[in-house]
Amino acid sequence: MDGIIKNLGLIINATLVATPPLLYAALGSCFSERSGVVNIGIEGMMTIGAFTGAAVGLFTGNGWIAFFCGGLAGALFGLIHAIACVSFGADQTISGTAINFLAPGLAIFLCKAMFDNSTDTPPLDTASKLPKLFDGMFPVGSFANNVFSTYVPAYLCFILVAVVWFIFYKTRFGLRLRAVGEHPKACDTLGINVFRIRYICVIISGFLAGLGGAYVTLATINQFRPIVIVGQGFIAIAAVIFGKFTPQGAMKACLLFGLCSGLKVLANTGNTISPNLISMIPYVVTIVTLVLFVGHARVPAANGKPYVKSK
Amino acid sequence: MDEKKSILNSNALYTFIAILFGFLVGALFLLVAGISPAEAYMKLFTGVFSKPKFMAWAIIYASPLIFTGLSVAFSFRTGVFNIGAEGQFVVGSLSAAVVGILVDVPMVIHIPLCILAAALAGALWGSVVGWLKVKKGINEVLLFIMFNWIAFYLSNYVVNLSAIHKEGGGEATKDILASAAILLPEPVRKLTGCSNVNFGIIMAVAAAVLIWFLINKTTLGYQLRAVGFNRNAAEYGGINSNQAVMTAMAISGCLAGLGGAVQVLGMSMRISQFATQESFGFQGITVALIAGSNPIGCIFSGLFYGAMKYGGSKLSLINAPSEVVDIIMGTIILFIAVSHVFKKLALKGKRG
Repeated sequence: MDGIIKNLGLIINATLVATPPLLYAALGSCFSERSGVVNIGIEGMMTIGAFTGAAVGLFTGNGWIAFFCGGLAGALFGLIHAIACVSFGADQTISGTAINFLAPGLAIFLCKAMFDNSTDTPPLDTASKLPKLFDGMFPVGSFANNVFSTYVPAYLCFILVAVVWFIFYKTRFGLRLRAVGEHPKACDTLGINVFRIRYICVIISGFLAGLGGAYVTLATINQFRPIVIVGQGFIAIAAVIFGKFTPQGAMKACLLFGLCSGLKVLANTGNTISPNLISMIPYVVTIVTLVLFVGHARVPAANGKPYVKSK
Repeated sequence: MDEKKSILNSNALYTFIAILFGFLVGALFLLVAGISPAEAYMKLFTGVFSKPKFMAWAIIYASPLIFTGLSVAFSFRTGVFNIGAEGQFVVGSLSAAVVGILVDVPMVIHIPLCILAAALAGALWGSVVGWLKVKKGINEVLLFIMFNWIAFYLSNYVVNLSAIHKEGGGEATKDILASAAILLPEPVRKLTGCSNVNFGIIMAVAAAVLIWFLINKTTLGYQLRAVGFNRNAAEYGGINSNQAVMTAMAISGCLAGLGGAVQVLGMSMRISQFATQESFGFQGITVALIAGSNPIGCIFSGLFYGAMKYGGSKLSLINAPSEVVDIIMGTIILFIAVSHVFKKLALKGKRG
């Protein structure tokens, strides 16, 4: 019985470690997609956030400032994506692809320029990382320690889900952003500034993706490496589709995908199932869901279409 | 869709400006990093053109990119955006490697067999998405992204299977058998001083010509283009647009898969476990965009990208980050993506 509880604690812990980056990015993706802008640049925005987080953490020694700066770096690329897609009406997938070249390229470029031509940043010490909740209150390895004592932003992201839900469904801005994603022309006629709302949403999506990336380097791992993000941005996008473009749905999907990663950790120790096969689960599950329940994953009507005022 | 068309038909002038702009932005970042852009770009240039051996390497780098470029360009012409060339490339290289390692037959059979396996795998990976798109109405961009990552982990899984994994060889497969390699004969390789000179570029050029012919001179090509222009009009004209999309995806996937074959059979000789996506497919998007989706243009833009990639690898010699190539290429894509607005402005100016 003790063993079961301990293992359960380990799985919950691994899920809590793996879910937050996905969830931050997925919430960002919700903003962008619901306002009608496809953002596959999330992956790149996470990578630049991861690097910026690590670099600022090294220089300031303050995890929270570093975390915030990671978000800002993501937001900067959100701004670039918004300029290209909203103002210039560029193809959103192509612009996102460009971001996925630019942002990781820049992250590694800057890393090499700042840290002695190395693709990895030096490791952060514990003091410059993000703080843990109830640090040191429970004995190491205990169930309580595994469940209640991980990094603070891991708990914050679940509160953020509620905040985003409130913004989406209980505020005027939320109503407008959803409307802009469905029928921009109607919104425009009613005097809603479509461009402004889309700009705000895409920048928020970059900011949250940046936070997700920074969480990886400031909590999960204690340094930036080119491989820290690999695919997490795309899993976040999958989670949003899987979660029917709602924050609460995205959260459930992220928890499921985070659990997959948790199992991967256990499978690694047990050496029974290939971790590569477990890594496939989020993608396979998303495709199967799309195939079986197409109606459920209704994409916002104006998603992917640039809005041209004069049309 | 007309937006996409106007991007893709952007003329050479805008592409040229985009490339210039890319180098400008790259120079800016080099300056910020305290590296002389002139020195870095000189190294990029001499790293490719100072020796025939270097040029041979650049061409070897270019061959798979021409294939993925063709794959994306072909899909653009038929109105689908094949962002899944990455995954099709991976399953192509995986199949070529597996057949190249496990099947022991004479060269005349072995090489075509490997290439066929790669082409079929790529085509399968592409047409499954095409099928799901037309039968289930699922957004193809999302499907492609999912399939890219499934291919990624599938490849990593297969690499570690004991039948093909190299013992004590780290995280890679055994080398393909000599009978599967598409290398040029030994004397020719000695002459260029480059050990990996292969038939890839010849295959790539042949494929480009073939695709050009297919698009412009055949009934199938006409049908595919018609669907790309306006699906409803094509349907009205008696073309089965669903069938056309699936065919296009199969051909597009097949091209990307062939790129994977060329890479494995001519260059890497094995596949290694991926730590991160190798991006041949995504680089193909750049190749297609620079070429304005023209198959023949893909040969040149593929060579350009190959040269940039190979030249970029030389930058570490002067302690400049090779990632400046990604920044340049990303800027070029971004600029081509927005250039249609400038084109409109320019046209307006002329009229006024």
